[in-house]
Amino acid sequence: MLLRDVAHARTGDKGDIVQIAVFPYRDADYEWLRERLTSSVVCGYLGFADGAAERYELPNLPALNFVLRRPLGENVTRTLALDVHGKCQSSLLLAMPLERPVPTETDDAGR
Amino acid sequence: MSGVSGKTVRLGAGAGYAGDRIEPARELAEEGHLDYLCFECVAERTIALAHAERRRNPDAGYDAMLEARLRAVLPGCRRNGTRIISNMGGANPLGAARAAARVAGEIGFDGLRIAAVMGDDILAELLSDISGPNPGIELPENFPPHNRIVSANVYSGIDGIREALRQGADIVLTGRVSDPALFVAPLAHEFGWRDEDWGRLGQATFVGHLLECAGQLTGGYFADPGFKDVPDLARLGFPFADVSEDGTAVFGKVPGTGGCIRPQTCKEQLLYEILDPGAYLQPHVTADCRDVTFVELGGDRVRMTGATGRPRPDMLKASVGYFDGYVGEGQLSYAGPGADARARAALAIVRDRLELRGIRPREARYDIIGVDSIDARAAAVRLNTPPDELRIRVSARVDDEVTARAIGEEVESLYTNGPAGGGGCTKTWREVIAVAPLMVSRSMLSEHIHFEFSHAAS
Repeated sequence: MLLRDVAHARTGDKGDIVQIAVFPYRDADYEWLRERLTSSVVCGYLGFADGAAERYELPNLPALNFVLRRPLGENVTRTLALDVHGKCQSSLLLAMPLERPVPTETDDAGR
Repeated sequence: MSGVSGKTVRLGAGAGYAGDRIEPARELAEEGHLDYLCFECVAERTIALAHAERRRNPDAGYDAMLEARLRAVLPGCRRNGTRIISNMGGANPLGAARAAARVAGEIGFDGLRIAAVMGDDILAELLSDISGPNPGIELPENFPPHNRIVSANVYSGIDGIREALRQGADIVLTGRVSDPALFVAPLAHEFGWRDEDWGRLGQATFVGHLLECAGQLTGGYFADPGFKDVPDLARLGFPFADVSEDGTAVFGKVPGTGGCIRPQTCKEQLLYEILDPGAYLQPHVTADCRDVTFVELGGDRVRMTGATGRPRPDMLKASVGYFDGYVGEGQLSYAGPGADARARAALAIVRDRLELRGIRPREARYDIIGVDSIDARAAAVRLNTPPDELRIRVSARVDDEVTARAIGEEVESLYTNGPAGGGGCTKTWREVIAVAPLMVSRSMLSEHIHFEFSHAAS
């Protein structure tokens, strides 16, 4: 299974920041996604420096908002990258392989 | 208390960026029954580029599509009593207002009141402050050298637009203004909100935030066939919102237009470009969207409630545009068996050529489009079988125009001097105007309004 099978995502940009919001299709998947998609996992998967990300949790929406800082000197107005804004990043993130936790009798999270 | 008067104000989104489609705005003007049609057309760098343009032509510096947009929407807006608000003034709101008056007159509208809201341009004050003996502005690390700065604009809030509306403006044209303010200002004007109505201002800020990218609320930047299907993106309708006195809103679009409005599209746009959802810093409020709820009402209508606000930040954000050298770029395609090896050889040749010519870019990228131009991890990690159709891309930052041109020329010369079958070269170069953020005190912003009036050609 890929993240894409359980969630959708959108990238935004602001100066030297790439921001990616991840939204589970089903509210019930929020809790285990919150456990799996830590900021260091997302940083590592997308090739950002460790510690470059901050994560904001929005349990009511529900959603996870990742704020990723680009390397020094990289921003929308001066980058040499083809995708200057980083708009493709949310699609790259959705390719992350994931396994939905198997619910136990005492734990029905994720169902 | 909300709902006492039951009054709602309908705001439409006429554009999500400077080059956006015009027909959806015309549809809103004709059939949207709007009170206000708002166009957000200024990206991070737009005003810096416009300032550079204005140096060459003092009458320029406002949005190149202003006239075309007004010709498209003015007839509908006048018929329906819709007022127009936009930051299409760019680096020259006064020039934009004069152009708007001329266009309105040419298509037969007499006596329209067109306001230019000015004061966001703080270049002179900034330069005199930071060059003076006792600079008051604290400059961040890596701030560009003073002699490279070409523009400085502070993000203004709702005050200027609201005052222009109070003075009866039919069209309001601004320079740099926070994007949501284009939408919050008419609401504050209509409902008579006080500057300390933080909750309403916070709610209204997210209403504006959802509208400001236009088609991104109605299925644009959302569609993903098989996963998130959106009908008829070629005729995507732009959104409007019916906003109540408490700032809550129902979003919709003109029936029959393409796209869709669902809680999913709204959620994606709610967090778009938001860093801390609990503290979206605006000149007029610190807005908080953590408790927002969307309810689907059917028929492409979604209700939004739950955003809040706290007192506005003390400082204002400014964007400083500066000259940042030149970038040269060249691209060339390879196909068929061995395309990958030929593309890699081609990149190595360009590298060698630049070195042989003594060209040392400050920074360079050697990409293969289809392999690693977007996803830097891809070449090594995942892609075992590269596609049979690839395109090399060399992009380099250099100090002068001649060297910038040389980058594309070295890619082009691969036609006759490089690996077999290189085709479809493109080469570009550009002067780079980059943007650096700066926090300034509120006293740097002194907004003022000038009115132009249209005279119908008889």
